[in-house]
Amino acid sequence: MRGKLLHAIGLAAIVVFTLFPFLWMVMASFKTQADILASPPVWFFTPTLQNYVDIFADTKVSGSILNSLIVATLSTLLSVTLATPAAFALARYDFRGKSDLWFWFISNRMTSPIVLALPVYLLAMYMNLLDTHLVLILIYLTFNIPIVVWIVTDQFKSIPPELEQAARLDGADQFTIFRKIYLPLGAPGIAVSAIFSFIFSWNELLYALVLTRRNVQTAPVVATSFMSGYELPWGKIMATGTVIVLPVTIFALIVSRHMVRGLTMGATK
Amino acid sequence: MSEAMRTAPTKPNRGYGRWTPLWFLAPAVLTLFLIGIYPTLFALVTSFRRYNITRPREGFPFVGFENYIGVLTDSTFWSSLFLTAKFYVTVLPIQVVLGLIIALLLHKPGMGFLKSLARVTLVVPLATTYAVVGLIGRLIFNRDFGVANQFLGFAGFGPVDWLSTPGGAFAAIVIMDVWQWTPFCALLFLAGLSMVPGEIEEAARLETSSKLALLRHVQLPYLLPGLTAIMILRSADVLKLFDMVFVMTRGGPGSATDLISIYIQRVGFRIFDLGTASAQAILLLIITIIISRLYIRLLYREV
Repeated sequence: MRGKLLHAIGLAAIVVFTLFPFLWMVMASFKTQADILASPPVWFFTPTLQNYVDIFADTKVSGSILNSLIVATLSTLLSVTLATPAAFALARYDFRGKSDLWFWFISNRMTSPIVLALPVYLLAMYMNLLDTHLVLILIYLTFNIPIVVWIVTDQFKSIPPELEQAARLDGADQFTIFRKIYLPLGAPGIAVSAIFSFIFSWNELLYALVLTRRNVQTAPVVATSFMSGYELPWGKIMATGTVIVLPVTIFALIVSRHMVRGLTMGATK
Repeated sequence: MSEAMRTAPTKPNRGYGRWTPLWFLAPAVLTLFLIGIYPTLFALVTSFRRYNITRPREGFPFVGFENYIGVLTDSTFWSSLFLTAKFYVTVLPIQVVLGLIIALLLHKPGMGFLKSLARVTLVVPLATTYAVVGLIGRLIFNRDFGVANQFLGFAGFGPVDWLSTPGGAFAAIVIMDVWQWTPFCALLFLAGLSMVPGEIEEAARLETSSKLALLRHVQLPYLLPGLTAIMILRSADVLKLFDMVFVMTRGGPGSATDLISIYIQRVGFRIFDLGTASAQAILLLIITIIISRLYIRLLYREV
């Protein structure tokens, strides 16, 4: 009995630990400035929607959310298009240099964005690509392609080879087999990997901070930019934060079973 | 696919040749080459030049290893690397211990609903936008109206000036990192625990009532791969860590939270000394490559 109680308390503590900072932000987003600045902090207050009204009226915030949406969606689509054929090759063929290729994908996952941010900034400057959606869409492929390749390769490997052999007997070539068998049967893995790409692109700050100016600022950049100045608009900041986090949290809950695979590039299952 | 090709079963090897994998790989590999390798080579070249874009009149002359010598003799660079290492050895044990406790609680039978709820909520910190974690940190650790000081007050301690004292700022980023990444450790350990064959665990539970003995003799071997993955991935993540710290402290006060990615970003984009910053980035890349090699060697068996 005592053991059960302790177990319950422990589990409840996990829920409080993981949700508290998140909920504290959501609570603040419904507070007036006076309630947020109250010392000591207030836990019970009359909620207001004013902060949300303010940020959606602010074209800078709504524009930045649109930018994030464009960049994350297009980068995800592009990475799925480019990476699923590669996943097919890795799942079904043995060839020289395969392990080197893996190593390269893994190092892309490990490398600090600052390493690429410096040269890409200079290259984009010379090519007049600074502050465009395109440069962000392309640079996000550096982490999106590896994640899609990994998850989809894993999924493709689980497709029974008999299906392929049957199709071969019917005279189908590899491109047809890829299109007609692997893409449809691999769809769940492709969907999971697309959700991961979207989450990573949506959450990214450093590249967006360095490579954009006025026109293409993404939502995390704008939320961060509120943090300078004298009197901080805390309510607006927290409402913006909530709006940024909410969609990806929902996505993450959908793929929660695959979270570990996504974050470790599948080293442990 | 044209009809003509489809109705040509005379060449059975069509589509199965030596070069077939290449066609499938080419789009992804060429793209990554253009956006990953080419810029890296550009950074390598830049690292051998004097390259300050605020002074374009001086041109960008090649200076050999001058930037590298400058970086390696720069005490700020070393103290930034040292601080990054200190951050790593501070957060890692906390995350591993808390993560293990959480995993054991989630592995224990019973408490169906509460357990699934706890399991699901673990995903929330992991998905939270890193920059927003920084914003939350600014709110929670505010000196005047932050809830962290209210909690300290409940425990009978006076308020702490978190973000404007060196020790306080370091502690604050440690706490936010622990919040965000402990679930990651917990999920990895949980995956390890679920690999222990049921019969073995049952038998061991009959043999001993000591939880610690069970952990050490039965479960530990299944936890070790997860632990290795955590140690390596967290080290790469700490070298990458930028967003949350940048939003919370910008590396300050002074250089109290000036982790390596923050420092290189400042040299590159505040001082605009891109030659030096590129040299630093290349050195960071070398460290990362060593870590990646280690990860592959220790954790991938199938490639």
